[in-house]
Amino acid sequence: MFYAVAIFAPLIGALVSGLFGRAIGDRAAQAVSILCMLVAAACGVTAFFAVGFGNAPTETLDLGAWVQAGSFHVSWALRSDPLSTTMVGMVTFVSTLIHIYSIGYMGHEPEGTRYRFFSYLSAFTFAMLMLVTADNLLQLFFGWEGVGLMSYLLIGYWYDRPSACRAAIKAFIVNRIADLFFAVGVALVFLTFGSIEFPVIFGSVARHAGDVYHLFGTTFPVLEVIGFLLFIGAMGKSAQIGLHVWLPDAMEGPTPVSALIHAATMVTAGVFLMARMSPVMAYAPTALAFVTFIGGTTALFAATIGCAQTDIKRVIAYSTCSQLGYMFLAAGVGAYQASVFHLFTHAFFKALLFLSAGSVIHAMSDEQDMRRMGGLWRLIPVTYTVMWVGSLALAGVFPFSGYYSKDAILEAAYAAPGFIATYGWICGVLAAFLTAFYSWRLLIMTFHGKPRMDHHTLEHVHESPPVMTLPLVVLAIGALVAGYALHDVMLGPDWSAYWRGAIVNGPDNHIMTAMEHVPTWVSLTPSVVGLLGIATAYVCYMFAPGIPVWFATRLRPVYLFALNKWYFDELYDFLFVRPAMRLARVLWQVGDATIIDGMPNGAAALAAEGARGAVRIQTGSIATYAFVMLIGVVVLVGVFLLFR
Amino acid sequence: MNWTLALPEITLSILAMAILLFGVLRRGESFSVCSMLTLGALLIGAVLVIGQARGFAFNGQYVVDPFAVFAKLLILAGAALALVSAQDYNREEGLARFEYPVLMLLAVVGMLAMVSANNFMSLYLALELQSLALYVLAAFARDELRSAEAGLKYFVLGALASGLLLYGISLVYGFSGTFDFAALAHLLSDPSHASAGLIVGMVFVIAGLAFKISAVPFHMWTPDVYEGAPTPVTAFLGTAPKVAAIVLLLRVMFVPFGHLTSQWTQIFEFVSIASMILGSLAAIGQTSIKRLMAYSSIGHMGYALIGLTVGTVDGLRGVLIYMVTYVFMSAGTFACLIAMRRRGRALEKISDLAGLARTDGGMALALAIFMFSMAGIPPLSGFFGKLYVFLAAVRAGYWTLAIIGVLTSVVGAYYYLRVIKVMYFDDPAPAFDRRPVGLSFVLGVGAVVTTFFFVFPAPIVGAAQAAAAALFG
Repeated sequence: MFYAVAIFAPLIGALVSGLFGRAIGDRAAQAVSILCMLVAAACGVTAFFAVGFGNAPTETLDLGAWVQAGSFHVSWALRSDPLSTTMVGMVTFVSTLIHIYSIGYMGHEPEGTRYRFFSYLSAFTFAMLMLVTADNLLQLFFGWEGVGLMSYLLIGYWYDRPSACRAAIKAFIVNRIADLFFAVGVALVFLTFGSIEFPVIFGSVARHAGDVYHLFGTTFPVLEVIGFLLFIGAMGKSAQIGLHVWLPDAMEGPTPVSALIHAATMVTAGVFLMARMSPVMAYAPTALAFVTFIGGTTALFAATIGCAQTDIKRVIAYSTCSQLGYMFLAAGVGAYQASVFHLFTHAFFKALLFLSAGSVIHAMSDEQDMRRMGGLWRLIPVTYTVMWVGSLALAGVFPFSGYYSKDAILEAAYAAPGFIATYGWICGVLAAFLTAFYSWRLLIMTFHGKPRMDHHTLEHVHESPPVMTLPLVVLAIGALVAGYALHDVMLGPDWSAYWRGAIVNGPDNHIMTAMEHVPTWVSLTPSVVGLLGIATAYVCYMFAPGIPVWFATRLRPVYLFALNKWYFDELYDFLFVRPAMRLARVLWQVGDATIIDGMPNGAAALAAEGARGAVRIQTGSIATYAFVMLIGVVVLVGVFLLFR
Repeated sequence: MNWTLALPEITLSILAMAILLFGVLRRGESFSVCSMLTLGALLIGAVLVIGQARGFAFNGQYVVDPFAVFAKLLILAGAALALVSAQDYNREEGLARFEYPVLMLLAVVGMLAMVSANNFMSLYLALELQSLALYVLAAFARDELRSAEAGLKYFVLGALASGLLLYGISLVYGFSGTFDFAALAHLLSDPSHASAGLIVGMVFVIAGLAFKISAVPFHMWTPDVYEGAPTPVTAFLGTAPKVAAIVLLLRVMFVPFGHLTSQWTQIFEFVSIASMILGSLAAIGQTSIKRLMAYSSIGHMGYALIGLTVGTVDGLRGVLIYMVTYVFMSAGTFACLIAMRRRGRALEKISDLAGLARTDGGMALALAIFMFSMAGIPPLSGFFGKLYVFLAAVRAGYWTLAIIGVLTSVVGAYYYLRVIKVMYFDDPAPAFDRRPVGLSFVLGVGAVVTTFFFVFPAPIVGAAQAAAAALFG
């Protein structure tokens, strides 16, 4: 019951504030949506504790049939196993804080428009909740598309800014490309299992392990194909290398949106999908190797870009990309628990970092370029402090939450057999160094040194109002303790008691035990490289600012490569966008304007011509009329005589 | 000899004479009183029709069956609506003479008799009674050139049509030796009796009747008469007589010539297609909404004839349903046209409707409903009218008719939608004069029936089904 309230309260909030926002005004709409979110968070967190710690039954709440077509049955249902409740608790909690923070952040928006923002935020949350509580792939897809749609609306919230519209469209299109694979994957699941209900799929997956799939004369193990398709879908949502291009641009939306997309909803959907489909993925070792490879690569790749960016939100955006890489790395080696654990802790510190960045931007009169900041730490001490906490957690410094989750992932990667896992581990360690480096680069550039903004902006710098700082403090506490508090529960010796079979590791996957028995030096490595990274950042940006300059000039190609995000946008522009535009132009000018428009235009001209002719015989003369009648009789008699 | 069967016609004839006498003898203005009396007479007629027993009278010259009853009720309803619409207009235009309702009543008697005719003799007499009354009505504004011209044209061409009809009847009689429908049907059940002369006679009969429903190529009078006649007369011409004529045509084709279906389907296929195409094309260029409605009615007759061409019970039912929807949306549309008056002057240009939505939202909405319905947009009644005839055509394999019907509907939608566009999107012209209550009533009835037909189609569809089945015997 509680559980249903947690899921549907955001929907009610979204509907009320969206449909009646204009009538009841912004304040009331805000109040309603936040109230609904508070209720949802209360219920969601209760469910999280009840199922995760209180041994509440993991049942499925059936809400009624949705599609009944032949052998295809799908119901609306709310699944409440530990994986779902973990997600529900996290999503509702973080989202509520973001809602509250938005009151302050969006305070400068014109009156009469803000209700739209809150409606979207709540709807976004609802879509994510539908996704994580789905008991079948179609409902999951419903939520999946829902977050896609809401992200589009939120990124393009300032629809009068061309850059925001471009970013929104980009996010939507890139996601659609990935969604296509996901949808095909779902269809293939139905073909293979005859159902897309999770209990049926998971129950019969072992029987289908040997099935093959024929396509154009080739043969593939069907579960591998499904694994690949679903993972490509996940790559789009979770912004993995190749399909990551939308995520940094999504910064065009208001900062709370970025926080929501990066922390609680949207990007974590892909990781969640891997964990949810773990029983199937266990039979797809090649797909899993691919997941590992992509995850490790993304972790490193995004981290290198993060080191060269100057926009405060972009740095954090790439760090999300990189952290998602870690989560897939863990999923790839079979340690889904570690993956979800990192997702959980990451939600806290990433929301914290984004909201802090928002607070900085708020203080800086909407300036986002770190090169024009500096020396802010005295002026906005609360933001400065919580940003430290977030960065420490991100860098994985003991005892902050990132330490537990990131270490677990790297241990799992080390412990996992195979070359790909080792590759993932190396990437992960290097990325850990870079993560710490760019985090402190961000801290130092923003808060230390001489103020580089004009005095006009400097005069306006102020600490954010309590409605914004309070969520920051709460999240900071979460970032501080979540790892320590939950590590033993989710990954410790009794992990199976917590997860209760919601995540399946496969019959010969012993990673959960193996990761506990890695050499000490492996456990220490992430912390060491993290501290090294911090130290390097201090050297480069605090004590010897000449080093980065020297680096940028002497190794200009490397610097430019990172600054321009490995030229992915340019590559895609050349490979896809331009040819598509050229094709579209041809189709428009020849296909549409000439051929398709030509047909109705021609038909219309014909009709007009016919109309003129028909009217012309209407002379008004009785003689003509009588003549026509007689001709008519002759024709009719003729018709009869000829065709009888 | 069961003359009581013809009680409605007899009663209405006597009442018509009585009202005529009353109008002559009464001093001063008697239009309103006579109109009210006529309405009462129509009501009495309806009651008598409902209570009519089924059977044959006057040596089989007169028949009462569910088919006739269905048509008679529709005719009475159409006539009553037209009479109500005429009240204020006639007073404004100086046409408030008591002959008007009397002539209408006589025309109605003619129509009722047409519907019940079961013999070529009674058919011709009834038809002429109706036609003569209508000729006079068309020229009722006798001081106005247009009206007089319309009456004359209608009369001359109508006489020609009557000539064709009579010639056809004489041929049929000459080759078969009987006027009686049942006897003809019996005779023609043996194909060897279907001589060429008889068939040519049948074609002439068809030509004469096609004139009455203004089917192409006997439609030429329609636009001129519709435009020239006073608008309430046009409203009358466009509804009840159309029903009477098409129902008569159905009876003639299915009862005496029922065994010659294969002979006449091609003729009607041609007439139907030609009517649909001409009706949709010629209406495009019109600026006068009365002429537009004339072409529109030609097109609608084309659609109705699809059901006749198909020649099945389904098709027949389609025609009857089509006529029901047509009468109500036509009556409503003409009520709107009659209401188009500005500072005491009647208007009839489409452009006069500009911005009506802002000056008289209710009338604009009603007219929009009628236009959408005539264009065949669901869920309005016009859609169902078309649906049932197209359905019958498709079931019987007449794909050509159905496809051309759909295509011409698309073309037709253009000029119907143009009226709506003018009303809703053009800059407003000055407001019309206040709408009389009578017109609002007709408007309302038409709009309600048109809009909510889809809610209760069962009784009408059921009655049409029964009527159609009765004709097939």
